[in-house]
Amino acid sequence: MSSRPVSGIKATLKELLTYKSGVLGLAILAFLVAFSIYAVVTIPYDQAIKLWRGSEDIWIENPRAVPPEWWEIFVGRKLPRTIKLDSRIQTFGVSKAVTPIAGTDMKLVSISFMFDYQYDDYPSELNIFFHAKYTKDPPIVKITIQRPDGLTLEIPRFSLRAPNDSLYYSISEEVRKALALYAATKYGANVSDLLDQLELTFGKYSREGLEKGNLPVEKGIYRMNIEATCFGEDSDLEAKVVIYGQVYGPAGTDNLRRPLEIALLWGAPVALAFGLTASLVTSMLQMIIATIGAWYGGVVDSVIQRITEVYMILPFLPFLIIIAAFYKVDIWVILTVVIVLSIFGAGIKSTRALVLSIKEYPYIEAAKAYGASDWRIIFLYIIPKIIPPIVPGLIGAVPGYVFLEAALSFLGLGDPFLPTWGKVLNDAYNGGALYRGYYYWVLEPSILLMLTAFAFAFLGFALDRIVNPRLREM
Amino acid sequence: MVSKKLVKHIALRAIVIYLTVVVAVYLTIIVANMGGKIDEFVLGDLYTSIYEQINRDPRYRSLPGPEKDKLVKQMFELEVKRLGYDRPFLERSFIYLKNALTLDLGRALFMTSDSGSRLVKNIILERLPNTVMLFTTVTVINFFIHLFLGLYLSRHYGSFFDKLVVALSPTSTLPGWFYGIFLILIFYTWLHVLPPGGMVDVPPPPDPISYALSVLKHMILPMASWIISGFFLGVYGTRTFFLIFSTEDYVEAAKAKGLPPRLIETRYILRPSLPPIVTNFALSLIGSWGGAIITETVFEWPGLGLVTWRAIQSFDTPVLVGITVIYAYLLAATVLILDFVYALIDPRIKAGIA
Repeated sequence: MSSRPVSGIKATLKELLTYKSGVLGLAILAFLVAFSIYAVVTIPYDQAIKLWRGSEDIWIENPRAVPPEWWEIFVGRKLPRTIKLDSRIQTFGVSKAVTPIAGTDMKLVSISFMFDYQYDDYPSELNIFFHAKYTKDPPIVKITIQRPDGLTLEIPRFSLRAPNDSLYYSISEEVRKALALYAATKYGANVSDLLDQLELTFGKYSREGLEKGNLPVEKGIYRMNIEATCFGEDSDLEAKVVIYGQVYGPAGTDNLRRPLEIALLWGAPVALAFGLTASLVTSMLQMIIATIGAWYGGVVDSVIQRITEVYMILPFLPFLIIIAAFYKVDIWVILTVVIVLSIFGAGIKSTRALVLSIKEYPYIEAAKAYGASDWRIIFLYIIPKIIPPIVPGLIGAVPGYVFLEAALSFLGLGDPFLPTWGKVLNDAYNGGALYRGYYYWVLEPSILLMLTAFAFAFLGFALDRIVNPRLREM
Repeated sequence: MVSKKLVKHIALRAIVIYLTVVVAVYLTIIVANMGGKIDEFVLGDLYTSIYEQINRDPRYRSLPGPEKDKLVKQMFELEVKRLGYDRPFLERSFIYLKNALTLDLGRALFMTSDSGSRLVKNIILERLPNTVMLFTTVTVINFFIHLFLGLYLSRHYGSFFDKLVVALSPTSTLPGWFYGIFLILIFYTWLHVLPPGGMVDVPPPPDPISYALSVLKHMILPMASWIISGFFLGVYGTRTFFLIFSTEDYVEAAKAKGLPPRLIETRYILRPSLPPIVTNFALSLIGSWGGAIITETVFEWPGLGLVTWRAIQSFDTPVLVGITVIYAYLLAATVLILDFVYALIDPRIKAGIA
């Protein structure tokens, strides 16, 4: 192997920068490290787990399974963002008035929401959440929508069933019936079944469009009025309307409405830590074991060789999956198991051959002659000599471990709490992303996994050339 | 030609390899049984089934509760004894080992084969052809692609295509299943031209020709994912391997003698590099019979990998042990045969040096 003097990390780094693949690898790695630091700083560990495991309650105001906001560049249309209006938060376009009805203890609460809808497509959902205060009889609510074209849609009066009732506007059959009836009488049209609640609310009406089931979006200022009759002295009503968009945030959401960026961000430190630790510890242990075996020879060596052969026959992946499936372990236990299952791997044989040749070098003879102990020779004379040729392999092996973790998570066997890239892929696969065409959901974790793999592969490739100059000519 | 030394060498190797198999299979038994924990599930299941059986039996309907419980307990203990579960796990583990090593694979705990058999042998044999059809084919294809393109590039090294292969070799760090997801996304989700998984259309076509075509159609994506994944690194590896062999001194000497390039290539480069290539090929061929758990899961390919995954999910230890022991034997036999062949051609062994 290389007989050049090892000139330190700084010199190696300098040489690394003369390779295009080295520069590229380092650049991607720097990006991933920055990404991980950002993740860990902005979303603490506990919070990441809580946010990711928090079911729909936390994320109820997010649209379900929608691509990220930048997705519209590829679509070429302005896709709706989520619009949230809350009567408890006084902002532009939100107003609320309470008028007592003289002679009774009833009052009329009227809430008005105004919003400008300037998107090229329909919202994905529309929900109205009520928060009512009442003693005996719940409020009776009437909803009207004033459209930019002057039409007024009316949803029939209904009574709230609980203080925290909600109207799932976009799936409510009542709402659809009312809207379809309105459109049918106004235009004398036979309204197509293809039109849903949202299209009937936000669509530009025309007789032909209504019958065909194909309406363009009516852009402009909408006004939603909620009028409620409340019974009792301290009765009151607050309402929040959420018009769910078709895009969300920097990374989109999954089918549980969770923002994917949490898992994508946290996947980076997990992948880097897992891959690097597994590769580093495995390589180091393999190196030490192989060196000890080759140095002492005899029984020690043959025991190590036999164990290595047993390991060759053990089915590595099934073993790992069995342990992960049977014991429901977290990622650090998985890491330990991976290391235990790899320490007697193929690396032992090549390192052993290397040590056998180094054993015959004059400087080792000299060390023996002046009475250096076995451990001194192994750890101070041999191992420092064999570290450089091992480093490229170590770096190059990182992607393998990163993908191992991803594969386990993909099978649903990863860490039960931590969000990782493999888990996002698993969710996407189970959520039918491949069949329904949620490209972003599959592509985002995949591209991050690819970046990580390439960073280490490029680095390993360049390092290999630095350490084995013979490869450079090839 | 077969000398005494050779026989001794091979016999020694055979014993060592067999012991290796024994240890590996025993470890598998311990792990796949969770050190005896699986037995608790099995016994629990057994107890419930006996309990239900007695409760359903009209002959015992008039029996009072405590009497019935006693009967259940009696029958359960009898059954436990019959199945040998009354002995400690350590002792039983050696019985399992003996059964596994004599290929008496027994019955599955929960799984059945597609034809309804509970025998582990049938479960494995039913799926093995599917795995061989897909993964052995792709292994052979990969082998020849890497061999011929590698050889070609080693002759034309420094060319554009050569540099391209070197530059793209890091793409092989991505595993086959990962490419599989991309391929499904492109050819199924986007273009709608190929099926995303399974082995044959549903319902299967009646006549054999369209059946075969349907299977072929389902094989394209999984095969492509493995070919793409292995392509650049495989070609790069073979090319570098040949390049190293072609810079040996004896090749230079042959060139200096003025031998024709063709002769140099076949006799001086290809022949000495053949043993490691054949070893690699043989090992990857055996490896391919184990199937690929994750690729088969992604493509829902009904092979051994998927059976392994199902067995893990349903804690079906006998199936897991069965697959491991067959795999271990195949691997051991291959290693031994390769050892024997090398011993025949290696002069050092004949001379008794190694």
